[in-house]
Amino acid sequence: MSEVHPALILLAGGLFLFCLPTTPRRIVSVCLPALGFLNLLTIADGTLWHITWGGYELTVMRADRLSMLFGYLFHLAAFIGAIYALHLKDRLQIGMGLIYAGSAVGAVFAGDLITLFIFWELLAITSVFLVWARGGERALRSGMRYLVMHIASGLLLLLGAVFYYLNTKSLAFDHIGLNEGHHYLIFFAFGIKCAFPLLHNWLIDAYPESTPVGTVFLSAFTTKAAVYALARGFAGEELLIYIGAIMTIFPIFYAAIENDMRRVLGYSMINQIGFMVAGIGIGGALGINGAVSHAFNDVLFKGLLFMSMGAVLFSTGRINASDLGGLYKSMPWTCACCIIGAASISAVPLFNAFISKSMVMQGVADSGAVAIWLVLLFASAGVLHHAGVKIPFFSFFAHDAGIRCREAPLNMRIAMTISAILCIVIGSYPPLLYNLLPHPVDYVPYTTTHVVLQLQLVFFAVLAFVVLISTSEIDIYLETQKKRGIVGILLLIGKHPPELPGVNLDFDWIYRRALPKSIRAIVRTGGPLVNAFFQNGKALVRKLVMGVQKRHDNRGLFGRSWLSQSNVLLAIIFLAIYLIYYF
Amino acid sequence: MNHSESPKQNENPGLLTHLGAVRWLILGFFVWCALLVLTDLIVHRHLTFAEGLLPIEGRFGFYAVYGFVAYVLIVWGSIFLRKALMRSEDYYDE
Repeated sequence: MSEVHPALILLAGGLFLFCLPTTPRRIVSVCLPALGFLNLLTIADGTLWHITWGGYELTVMRADRLSMLFGYLFHLAAFIGAIYALHLKDRLQIGMGLIYAGSAVGAVFAGDLITLFIFWELLAITSVFLVWARGGERALRSGMRYLVMHIASGLLLLLGAVFYYLNTKSLAFDHIGLNEGHHYLIFFAFGIKCAFPLLHNWLIDAYPESTPVGTVFLSAFTTKAAVYALARGFAGEELLIYIGAIMTIFPIFYAAIENDMRRVLGYSMINQIGFMVAGIGIGGALGINGAVSHAFNDVLFKGLLFMSMGAVLFSTGRINASDLGGLYKSMPWTCACCIIGAASISAVPLFNAFISKSMVMQGVADSGAVAIWLVLLFASAGVLHHAGVKIPFFSFFAHDAGIRCREAPLNMRIAMTISAILCIVIGSYPPLLYNLLPHPVDYVPYTTTHVVLQLQLVFFAVLAFVVLISTSEIDIYLETQKKRGIVGILLLIGKHPPELPGVNLDFDWIYRRALPKSIRAIVRTGGPLVNAFFQNGKALVRKLVMGVQKRHDNRGLFGRSWLSQSNVLLAIIFLAIYLIYYF
Repeated sequence: MNHSESPKQNENPGLLTHLGAVRWLILGFFVWCALLVLTDLIVHRHLTFAEGLLPIEGRFGFYAVYGFVAYVLIVWGSIFLRKALMRSEDYYDE
């Protein structure tokens, strides 16, 4: 029986890392997640730790199958992240990275809304340092925008918790639902961290601005803690199905036109979270199992893709698709790991997303939501476009950009290899993950039908890519042969557009461009009006004061000394008027 | 960054620079796709949906066509979207 809170080892250990010199810090940073994981194994399912604070009973630790799964996941992610960070000399990234991981662990073991709020805010405060770790004004500004959104999420959660307590006299974090208006406060607090549509820009904005190591840590914790919170508090809410469907669909178009590879992965992350959110909305054993197993797998394959792109950035100093290409010659190991990540996220059989995404899809099909299912299937083909093909192809193949660099450092390759092996092992042997899921699994992913249909979907999407990318050559070939024939029909499909540098407008345009511009315009045009108003006002007041002064000074009507005869005369006149009026 | 250009590995021309190898790869891929879609004729398929909800799902090549068309639509959509939304790289720094 453990006496140590699961988050404590990472939180205290992360702080301790700041005091250590380089070599011991590297050793301890890898040992801490392993130690935390061993501590987690000693915690029995169903354990509850209560404390009383200010008259409120708080459950600082609640261990059940759902929280334990995320606990294992976060320790695994911290372990892989720590290996990936071993080459670093600076304390900030690894120290803050592990404290951040500890905050995520604390959040998933929180049994009440106040404890959750504390770890929720800690997640925001620690993670922003990973954005700022890159240095420079862009990272600083992006980090500030990130922090504002996440602090807002925390405040919404706190406000929601207060209303929840006033109505139920309980702070327990169990199923909340959407049957009361104030529950939406908590719902949207989770929604911000979960990157709901229109609340998603912090992710696209901040993650790609971080360092290679920082982005790997960032990709693992915040959004997955939010998926956990939704699964705990809002399972089976229909609204989530629609939100999830939108989340799967819109990022695939943005990812298609994005040039920064890590930003492509940011959009891809929203797309994958969409599947999880839809699964939570479906609810029931299949929906929740699908959602949380996909969250587990996403940390592995998305982490792997972020690690490979981080390695590319580290080795070449470039991350834009338009600047990359042909790197398989210089970075074959990273390329192989990236391809495994791409196959995993594309849900190719024997890779891990195949066994988790399919549960969500089956859950949606069982609920009879045909339109939503078709949207999710479309989005599955979309994953192929940006993550399955675009990331590996334009980085490691395509045209040779002439970059000749060293392969990524050994520690990075080890971390990528661990993730890649786990993607394949979990994908090939599903019980490894299925046995950890919150509900008993009554789903078989490896049926002939499922394997064949998924292969058709995946490979025909790739076929479309091959045709589109080849049409330029087909065009030239047909021109030289002076014949069109049946192959010429392929030209009607079009050509694959080249990768171009640029910024794509998203919803953050509202607060990054439109609002500041509007405020400036208002100040510019409204300023003279305001000035005129105040100047005229001042003149009016001055006139009034002078008038009063004039009538009350020594010679004024009310200020000068009147003769007593005049006063008597005035009194007689008033009395006479009064008498006449009375009669 | 730390590991910038190193001319030492410049000699490796890479397998995929040989046009012949690429052509064989693409040809093999086309054959693989044809075989995949032909399995619809021999494999008995269980529908994902309950009977009658989405009958087209059971048709020959449904998933293959869906995957292909979805991909092409995304590319077409992205061309349009790029025209509407793409700005210069320093757009927000101006």
